[in-house]
Amino acid sequence: MGKYLAKRVLYMFITLFLIASLTFFLMKIIPGTPFASANKLSPQQVEIMKAKYGLDKPVPVQYVTYLGKLAKGDLGISFQFNNTPVTDLMIKRLGPSAQLGFQAVFFGTIVGLLLGVFAALRQNTWVDYGATFLAVLGKSIPNFVFAGLMQYYIGVKLGLLPVLFWKGFEYTIMPTIALSMFPIAIAARFMRTEMIEVLGTDYITLAKAKGASFFEIAFKHALRNALIPLITVLGPLTISLMTGSLVIEQIFAIPGLGEQFVKAVNVNDYPVIMGTTLLFAFLFVVVILIVDILYGIIDPRIRLSGGSK
Amino acid sequence: MKKSKLSLFLVLTLVFSLVLSACGGGKKESGSGSEGEGESSAKQEIKILDSSEIPTMDTSLAEGSTSFTYIANVGEGLYRLNKDHKPVPAMAEGKPKISEDKKVYTFKLRDAKWSNGDPVTADDFVYAWQRAIDPKTASPYGPYMMDGKIKGAKEITEAGAASKEYDLNTLGIKAIDDKTLEVTLEQPFVFWEDLFAFPTFYPINKKFVEEKGEKYASNAENLLYNGPFKLTKWEGTDATDWVLEKNENYWDAKNVKLEKISVNVVKDSNSAVNAFEAGETDMTGLLSSDIVPQYEGDDRMVSWLEPTVFWLKMNQQNEALKNVNIRKAIAQGFNKEDLAKSILNNGSIAANFMVPKDFVEFEGKDFREKHGDLIKYDPKAAKEAWEKGLKELGVDKLEIRYLGGDTEAAKKTDSYMKNQLEKNLPGLTVKLESVPFAVRLERDNSQNYDLQFAGWGPDYGNAISFTDLWLTGGGSNRMDYSNPKYDELIKKAQTDYATKPKENWEAQQEAERIMIQEDAGIAPVYQRGANILLNPNVKGLAIYNYGPDYAFQWVEVKGE
Repeated sequence: MGKYLAKRVLYMFITLFLIASLTFFLMKIIPGTPFASANKLSPQQVEIMKAKYGLDKPVPVQYVTYLGKLAKGDLGISFQFNNTPVTDLMIKRLGPSAQLGFQAVFFGTIVGLLLGVFAALRQNTWVDYGATFLAVLGKSIPNFVFAGLMQYYIGVKLGLLPVLFWKGFEYTIMPTIALSMFPIAIAARFMRTEMIEVLGTDYITLAKAKGASFFEIAFKHALRNALIPLITVLGPLTISLMTGSLVIEQIFAIPGLGEQFVKAVNVNDYPVIMGTTLLFAFLFVVVILIVDILYGIIDPRIRLSGGSK
Repeated sequence: MKKSKLSLFLVLTLVFSLVLSACGGGKKESGSGSEGEGESSAKQEIKILDSSEIPTMDTSLAEGSTSFTYIANVGEGLYRLNKDHKPVPAMAEGKPKISEDKKVYTFKLRDAKWSNGDPVTADDFVYAWQRAIDPKTASPYGPYMMDGKIKGAKEITEAGAASKEYDLNTLGIKAIDDKTLEVTLEQPFVFWEDLFAFPTFYPINKKFVEEKGEKYASNAENLLYNGPFKLTKWEGTDATDWVLEKNENYWDAKNVKLEKISVNVVKDSNSAVNAFEAGETDMTGLLSSDIVPQYEGDDRMVSWLEPTVFWLKMNQQNEALKNVNIRKAIAQGFNKEDLAKSILNNGSIAANFMVPKDFVEFEGKDFREKHGDLIKYDPKAAKEAWEKGLKELGVDKLEIRYLGGDTEAAKKTDSYMKNQLEKNLPGLTVKLESVPFAVRLERDNSQNYDLQFAGWGPDYGNAISFTDLWLTGGGSNRMDYSNPKYDELIKKAQTDYATKPKENWEAQQEAERIMIQEDAGIAPVYQRGANILLNPNVKGLAIYNYGPDYAFQWVEVKGE
């Protein structure tokens, strides 16, 4: 296990290094100016401003400087949020995004899981059809539609929950529900299929024969095995939700990463784009590692050994 | 069986709430949402929404209207724009003494204090201006506002760009004593009052900046205020909420009624409207045009015409666009009335001119009164000019690239323009290129376009803010427009007529006529309308045409 971990961590760093290099060179070829007032700047001023951000140096020099700073954990300063270190920006913004994404995955998985399990247990009844219908709805309707409808009816018309902002738990409820539609749909679909398959296996028949209760069979024996494929998709899904949803963050005015990242891309804020990409990549490789470890815990048949096939 | 099911739910709920409370642990003010309900309507506090964070509060580095707006509400320069959008003496005590050649201005400063109790001195101005022009600061607006206007500015920028030595003391600003400031201009110009009211020219306390170093202007604590309000909460450039409170140290504090302004950033226009309808805010940011028709005739919507004009730049490096008949055909070949009314539908008007309406006036007359419409939609004239132009070029069809934005609204406008032009000018193929703003600016810089949909808003209250764009070789020309007659008139307006408002005015009107009517140098499209929702009880909001967007110092909340 220890050897396996060491190897994986080494691979993680190689991956991150490659991603860091790739984004750096991509930044050099994306078109457009990083200066917001470019139409008002004289050529002399452009020279001066490029020098300030080190953009006047040859690309290899910039690359080495960038890697050197990166090794020290310095991601540079943002162009649009002037003089603010990128790490500060990301740390502040990651909190709300991560909380929202985590809540959405958590809530969505539990609801989806229950929907899927009950649909499987009551296969081809109205429970099943109802759950499937909900899952299709959740997957096919974009979450900003739910968000907009909830904001207007629950927030403005009924006044039950705050319309927008991010100032406490009650503010997180509507965005969480809106964002959880997709995980609900995914979890429900996966669970239904897997449960049906697992429920048909011999050991479940044995458990039934032994007189185990309906509930025991479903949640103790079947669920654990049915969970494995779900975990595979949940890992990356958690990351994509935790690193910010542009639309939901905009609609509910949540100070998160997604919105900041898209804005950075639009205005060519190179340091923020590179920093955020690296952060996403980092979270991704970490979560993939965790998922792999989780497999072993949930299903002892999957063994983690030093890479031997 | 039932019991175990229930306990599972209990466990899940417990876990869920534990996780949530752990996540929410860092938030202090979860209770603040409820305080709004008990508020009496006459309390001098307002809540407003903005559509962007404040990119910087450092006057030397500010370059966008959000920064200018908050800087102008918490700071003050020699002059300030008043309620009616006229520059009036502010930190300066009365009008300056002006030398005979109108180049040297001597200001007496009033007794004013920074929010830490320090007096505002002439040195604070000297320091601020030198800091803004210093190439080390790399300010975008410093050189843009000073070069060619304040003596010595251009030389410093040029030396900085060439990595040569420069001396900041050669800039035309000098402290005679603590309360006397002497400013030397490169050459006289009529709009000097506007310039001295602009946030780039505000004073900065040197001692404070040096004490704070890198941290200066990074949050509310690392700033000093000499304006009507002070920031009491602002966590930095990426903060999405902040609070302004009345500055008791402000020299004119007795005329400031408003005690507190709470600002929140909401970028989605629909969400802003929902917040307004739910009573969460007294004022929204600019409304997107799909919302405007719903509030037509509603007294909560405030609408005005911005002095921002959109036009097609026609790059004369392209052989076809070098031909004046082709340019005239394009400039007359699209229905702008329909565009403004049906597609934009937000109070924008068709522009048959370059210098906007409701922008500048002289002796009670709007700039537009003399030559109202210089070039209008006229499909017949367009077709005639088109055919003539094609004949002169010796071709029977043309393909022209059209560089536009990549937002939904921009794409809608651009495809309408393509459709109109291709319909009215037979043989024309318009190739749309939708690119992000940053890319469009770069391609404007390198003149890599044929037609470009672009806009311009002024930085000071004189038509020269528009007309000097098209001087031969001018920094913002970037389309090879050149007409010696035009250059002569604008140069005259900048020099001989610099202090003669009437001649200055007339020269620019004539120049505009030549540029638009005779040369069709650009094809004007529309002048933008702006709309916000504002609580009718909030009175006295000043809405500005350039520099800051709003001033809150005359705002008063009236009871029901």
